[in-house]
Amino acid sequence: MIYADNAATTKMSAAAIETMTSLLNETWGNPSSLYGFGQKAKEVLESAREKVAAVIGAQPRDIIFTSGGSEADNQAILSAAALGRQKGKMHIVSSAFEHHAVLHTLKKLEKEGFEVTLLDVHEDGLIRVPEVEEAIRDDTCLVTIMYANNEIGTIQPIREIGAVCRKKNVLFHTDAVQAIGHISIDVDRDNIDMLSASGHKFHGPKGTGFLYVRKGILISNLIEGGAQERGKRAGTENVPGIAAMAAALEEVSANMERNTTHQREMRDRLIAGLKQIPHSALNGDETNRLPGNVNFCFEGIEGESLLLLLDDKGIEASSGSACTSGSLDPSHVLLAIGRVHDVAHGSLRLSIGEEITEEEVDYLIRSVTEVVEYLRSFSPIWRDLMTGKKEFIL
Amino acid sequence: MALYSEKVMEHFRNPRNVGVIEDANGIGEVGNAKCGDIMKMYLKIEDDIIQDVKFETFGCGSAIASSSMATELIKGKPVSEAMKLTNKAVAEALDGLPAYKMHCSVLAEEAIQSALEDYQNRTGKKI
Repeated sequence: MIYADNAATTKMSAAAIETMTSLLNETWGNPSSLYGFGQKAKEVLESAREKVAAVIGAQPRDIIFTSGGSEADNQAILSAAALGRQKGKMHIVSSAFEHHAVLHTLKKLEKEGFEVTLLDVHEDGLIRVPEVEEAIRDDTCLVTIMYANNEIGTIQPIREIGAVCRKKNVLFHTDAVQAIGHISIDVDRDNIDMLSASGHKFHGPKGTGFLYVRKGILISNLIEGGAQERGKRAGTENVPGIAAMAAALEEVSANMERNTTHQREMRDRLIAGLKQIPHSALNGDETNRLPGNVNFCFEGIEGESLLLLLDDKGIEASSGSACTSGSLDPSHVLLAIGRVHDVAHGSLRLSIGEEITEEEVDYLIRSVTEVVEYLRSFSPIWRDLMTGKKEFIL
Repeated sequence: MALYSEKVMEHFRNPRNVGVIEDANGIGEVGNAKCGDIMKMYLKIEDDIIQDVKFETFGCGSAIASSSMATELIKGKPVSEAMKLTNKAVAEALDGLPAYKMHCSVLAEEAIQSALEDYQNRTGKKI
């Protein structure tokens, strides 16, 4: 089996599992309790906060643990909107290919009277900094742009976007769910005011995540209740999960250079191999790209059947086809970079892990090539393309 | 839980009657690339019997399985019977399809209807 869907979720690391199980067994007290056993859990929690903060160059007090990336995105955006509303600033700048946790939150705000500008992400899947600057108005209360895209892996010019926001005195939030643990992030260097992260994307457990909030920004609650997380996120903390997430993040960060050097090499080998398939195209910029992300469109075939046949060959992957999204439209990300429906249905995302081998990459190339060829052999679109009845798009 | 029934997966993995009939006397194509499904049916009809049927499909697993099953259900049958093939019959023969995939069986029904209409238009024979 070759698991090539690490952008969907990752396997928990041994360190994370070991941390989690030992806490479940031994340190299961409530961190809010005053006796020693509870306070021991509190220590574990605060140590996790320090570890997470250190990785992104933040202060521990600026980390709020959440149930994951979606909650962090919701809380960051709704908080900035609440602050904006108080000042009569009801405009938000974002991009067309954000995660739905961001886009759907913005939709909700639009219904409440906010105005949202979604920036074009261009064919290469990259936002242009001058366009961010132009989009910011006097009544803009927030710019929210993802650090790296979840489908096509393109890494945005976050530091420069952050600098523009700083200059214009507008809050800047980034959904760093796909980026953290895979590329270097520093909230000061990158001029980030708020950042969302999810534990299970870097070998931590599901149901964990955090929101970084720069000191001085007033955050509103999504969940009311007790005084946990400085009163900003009620509910007894998921101590084993949080500590396991911190252990996983610490480990991937310590090994980042070694991991990503290898991963980039494997990614580029995979891209080069898949490019040999006629009438295929890489989605997103080739260099400003997460070390593990490969995303292609293949003309004349549909993504779900591609995934099912790859599954038969022991390969787990994903697609932006409508059939896999449960809606009639293919991925909004592929449409945003200008892929038309016809080819967006034939997309494949392979998000490889840190430990993939050259043999495995070659097997991926061979298998995808075979399956694409097979599906094309009885595709009426492919026949029309080959007989000149229809023009190739790719 | 698997996405599809074993029957769907079996037809998807080993689709029956795949390909083209060069001297087909009834051809039908339905669906469009924008929605992600196209089915093309080729019929060879002699003496009001479907002597041969082949298909080409661009689409998801259930679209390919529905095409395959539909061809099996009409092969060797009189055209009058083929005309009555419903999407429900295709879906049932596949041991069911997920609700949001039922349109694949509808496409299979429509592709066959369309090929039969083409046959009527070409030959002037009423079915």
